[in-house]
Amino acid sequence: MAQAIVFLPLLGFLIAGVCTLLAHKAAKGSEVLAFGNADHSDHGHHGTHDAHGHAHDDHGHDDHHAPEPSPHSEGISRFAEVVTTGLLMVACALSWVTFFNVALGSGAPIRITLADWIHVGTFTADWAIRVDTLTAVMLVVVTSVSSLVHLYSIGYMHEDPARPRFMGYLSLFTFAMLMLVTSDNLVQMFFGWEGVGLASYLLIGFWFKKPSANAAAMKAFIVNRVGDFGFALGIFLVFWVFGAVNFDPIFAGVAGKKDVVVSFLGYQVPALELACCLLFMGAMGKSAQFLLHTWLPDAMEGPTPVSALIHAATMVTAGVFMVARLSPLFEYTEFAKTAVIVIGATTAFFAATVGLVQNDIKRVIAYSTCSQLGYMFVALGAGVYQAGVYHLFTHAFFKALLFLGAGSVIHAMHHEQDIRKMGGLAKKIPFTAAMMLIGNIALTGFPFTAGFYSKDAIIEAAYVAHQPGHVYAFICTVLAAFMTSFYSWRLYFMTFLGETRADKHTYDHAHESPMVMLIPLALLAFGAFAAGAPLAHSFLSEPGEHFWKGALFTGAANHTLHDMHDPAKLPAFVPYIPMVMMVGGFVLAYFFYLKWPQIPGQLAARHPSIYQFLLNKWYFDELYERIFVKPAKALGTFLWKKGDGALIDGFGPDGVAALTQRITARAVKLQTGFVYHYAFAMLLGVAGFVTWYLFSGSAH
Amino acid sequence: MFGFGILSGLLVLPLVGALLVLATKNDEAGSRNARWIAFWTTIVTFVLSLVALSRFDSKQAGFQLVERMNWLGENIVYQLGVDGIAMPFVILTTFLMPFCIAASFYSIKERAKEYYALFLLLETLMIGVFASLDLVLFYVFFEAGLIPMFLIIGIWGGARRIYASFKFFLYTLLGSVLMLIAIMAMYWTAGTTDIVKLLAFKFPSGMQYWLWLAFFASFAVKMPMWPVHTWLPDAHVEAPTAGSVILAGILLKMGGYGFIRFSLPMFPEASLYFANLVFALSVIAIIYTSLVAMMQEDIKKLIAYSSVAHMGFVTMGLFTLNAQGVQGAVFQMVSHGLVSGALFLCVGVVYDRMHTRMISAYGGLVNKMPIYAVIFLLFTMANVGLPGTSGFVGEFLTLLGSYKANTWVAFFATTGVIFSACYALWLFARVVYGKVEKHALETIPDLDARELALLVPLALLTVYYGVQPDVILNMSQASVDALIGAMKTGLGGKLALLAQ
Repeated sequence: MAQAIVFLPLLGFLIAGVCTLLAHKAAKGSEVLAFGNADHSDHGHHGTHDAHGHAHDDHGHDDHHAPEPSPHSEGISRFAEVVTTGLLMVACALSWVTFFNVALGSGAPIRITLADWIHVGTFTADWAIRVDTLTAVMLVVVTSVSSLVHLYSIGYMHEDPARPRFMGYLSLFTFAMLMLVTSDNLVQMFFGWEGVGLASYLLIGFWFKKPSANAAAMKAFIVNRVGDFGFALGIFLVFWVFGAVNFDPIFAGVAGKKDVVVSFLGYQVPALELACCLLFMGAMGKSAQFLLHTWLPDAMEGPTPVSALIHAATMVTAGVFMVARLSPLFEYTEFAKTAVIVIGATTAFFAATVGLVQNDIKRVIAYSTCSQLGYMFVALGAGVYQAGVYHLFTHAFFKALLFLGAGSVIHAMHHEQDIRKMGGLAKKIPFTAAMMLIGNIALTGFPFTAGFYSKDAIIEAAYVAHQPGHVYAFICTVLAAFMTSFYSWRLYFMTFLGETRADKHTYDHAHESPMVMLIPLALLAFGAFAAGAPLAHSFLSEPGEHFWKGALFTGAANHTLHDMHDPAKLPAFVPYIPMVMMVGGFVLAYFFYLKWPQIPGQLAARHPSIYQFLLNKWYFDELYERIFVKPAKALGTFLWKKGDGALIDGFGPDGVAALTQRITARAVKLQTGFVYHYAFAMLLGVAGFVTWYLFSGSAH
Repeated sequence: MFGFGILSGLLVLPLVGALLVLATKNDEAGSRNARWIAFWTTIVTFVLSLVALSRFDSKQAGFQLVERMNWLGENIVYQLGVDGIAMPFVILTTFLMPFCIAASFYSIKERAKEYYALFLLLETLMIGVFASLDLVLFYVFFEAGLIPMFLIIGIWGGARRIYASFKFFLYTLLGSVLMLIAIMAMYWTAGTTDIVKLLAFKFPSGMQYWLWLAFFASFAVKMPMWPVHTWLPDAHVEAPTAGSVILAGILLKMGGYGFIRFSLPMFPEASLYFANLVFALSVIAIIYTSLVAMMQEDIKKLIAYSSVAHMGFVTMGLFTLNAQGVQGAVFQMVSHGLVSGALFLCVGVVYDRMHTRMISAYGGLVNKMPIYAVIFLLFTMANVGLPGTSGFVGEFLTLLGSYKANTWVAFFATTGVIFSACYALWLFARVVYGKVEKHALETIPDLDARELALLVPLALLTVYYGVQPDVILNMSQASVDALIGAMKTGLGGKLALLAQ
């Protein structure tokens, strides 16, 4: 069964791939046909172009030579959609069964070895599937969101001729993500890790005619590679310390290795601290944490369903999953956990500040995702892995809901994404507005929604934690909670309420999305509640108890979870702080964007430097461009022209050739003919030979 | 039969094919015959090499399929044989040859029969390099291989072919002169050039350093290592497509093979002593050439520079002197043979259509050539070392090994995973993605059946070896273990020094 969950999406990918080729062939055939009938059908063709013209332009599909989809290729596309979506739904159903067995029931964790992979000396890494509670949680998250996104995409992408390719990429992504979460060793995890990176690259760059999409795709892959640099080094270190990359031997040996000191770049450092820091660097890349976050907002260039699946619910949480999976390692570290909590807190705060001023509906949600990922790392760093994973779980539902809702808005507005050009849409698309409302209250942590349980747990955990930096984390998360509420309501008010700022034509033609898009919204909205109260108790239980069954680990000295329920450690006012922040953010947003909508503009005008600083995302892109990209390019050119060209070739072959010519010319001048030249050379040779012979003779 | 074994058969077959090719007429039908004869010769040779593989027992560490005849007296012998390190390269050679021949079918129009004859001659010489068990015999094959390649670049190459071929010749000759002197010295010291006997012979410490450096001069140029790499980009750029495939696929592996066959086991103390030098040059190669690759304007030159970077992983892995590093290096060489060969074929595909290699002349190919885009992407990802492709395994294992040997080396070499993504994806974005804006590209056709037949098998193997690398790793395991074991006993406690 576990195999089926993992490999059904792969099957879907392969089928969709074949469909892509077939649809392409069919389209090519009809292109020939269309040219043949050009005289007759010219007018009709123009008509169709106009109808779809606007949408096509925004997608970058404004190639006027693009063939009209033939009925044949339409059929193939539909087949690909149905097959990939169907297979994902089967995988999803099986995942829920697994979840009920392994996590909620008393089923034993699953271990299946699929095939050999790499065996060299003592190094062993196999293809394997490992399903314990942590993996079961991830399976449910990944397959649920993925199948809903597949379904949603049928509606969202219906104008796009490359649908089979899109569905194929989605399935490929799902397969890689499942390989990641079911891995039993670090190397297979790395396989999934890079695999989702590839899928993300392909999906961000899905509209490959847009230069901005290509740039964003490349940026995502390369920034992730910076994180992978650390991940890879971490794997090397773990292998040479533990002699294995499989989780069980590592976890079994960790207690005995806690005092091991290794030499790294000339420094003597504790092995576990270093390994965890390096591995966390990988997590920072994938989960878009502070300093390696710059790719995530740009990733919004991809189609919106992609943003929901990859850049909100699943892939970006891979870093959180990794740290949780390696909780037995992280529990033996002090510095690494502090690094996790500080980076997480900084991300939560930083991303929220930037989210305050963004005007692109998707970018606001992207920064919100970034910020929420920071929350998860705060929980992990505080040693309450349960809370981190729980927030991952709840966040997947309401953030996917928000993104798909945003997609529905964008769909309704004919690919307009600027919230300054929206407003009043609740009247036109009431169902989407209602769903977004649910997503919003869950994100801001309104009581009885899923976000309420998970986010509050994190803020409380930060308060009672023992790590250095936990006070900083508490302050950051509290402030971020206020900003989260503010920008969420800002987004909602500017999009759905008040007077519309859209042009009349667009506004009048705004329409509710088809059922195939609304059903996923409804199901995710259900999840945004159901993931809360019914499951909170299970998720926030001790790692050794019934729910987790040892899938997470906390050290004997780690009482943080326990202290969260201890009135002596957690004063009664703390749980009310997030509530106050939430209400405060709401009220402020209400006054700024509904009551006195002129205030934000005045504020921005009065403090232009702060506004620009936030609007330009703390100038990280500019900074990186200046300190990494430009110097690397300049250095590359310098090494090429000066290093290879002037220095190596200049003194090497070209220089030798020129020198030989000069010497020969001189020799010809000095000597009367070649005879002397040869004689001289021979003499030199013989002398050298004799010398060498004498030396080697004496060696005997 | 006739006192010769299967390895001699592998040497003779292409020569026979070459003679047949030369016997064809000089008209159009003749050149068609020439290419088909050449093609089938390489196929038969490949099948014969598979027979050899089936008789090869990968559990044994020593040389197998050995055949021996006196040649220049009793001490310089015609002796062939393969072990787990040589076998993958023999197969790689015979496997890549049919692709080279088929890739040339329509792009080589002038002097076709000489061209194919030279390729077949080259095949014999390359197999000879990997199968020789005598130092003089090895040297003959090693150096003679220069001549056909020199001619292939010089006659069928691009505009600056003369410059490129001389540069190629000058560099490699310089290195090999030193190796010849070393071989003579070894003969006088050990009394034989029989490699099996030499492997058991212990050269005096002081002498090892000089011998090691002399061999190093030759192998470093062939690899090529920084800073003697500048011949490679020029040679690649000017060589015809099939020449590039062979150059990247096989000829570059001779240096690495030389290190593992001679330098490591015969001069272990020197290898240990110079390991840090090799590490330094390897790391420089990885970072330096990656940065240079990024800024290239010529597709072939970019891939050539990336080859230098990938060979940096090989030399680094070899001198880690641990199982992961050395086996990883062997794997990396085989994988690079497939992947870079395929990448040059990919460049050849568009070059045949557009007759330019400039990146700026392309853009938006995916719109017109979607199948090409898929295949090119796969090989780009293999070049980047994406797990699941063969490119990952070699890179990962060599880095894993280097971490044990020296964390500085591992740290800087691992930055290669970032740089490779930069140059490879940027190339892909500029050539394949985007809109079709060049008028000349409007009608560019997608891959035809012949090109698919060339690229699809390579693509499948790239993925297969990424998922099941043990097929190759198991082949070399016993021999590499024996090599490292012998070095450990030979070096005693000194090896521990390296592990600091």
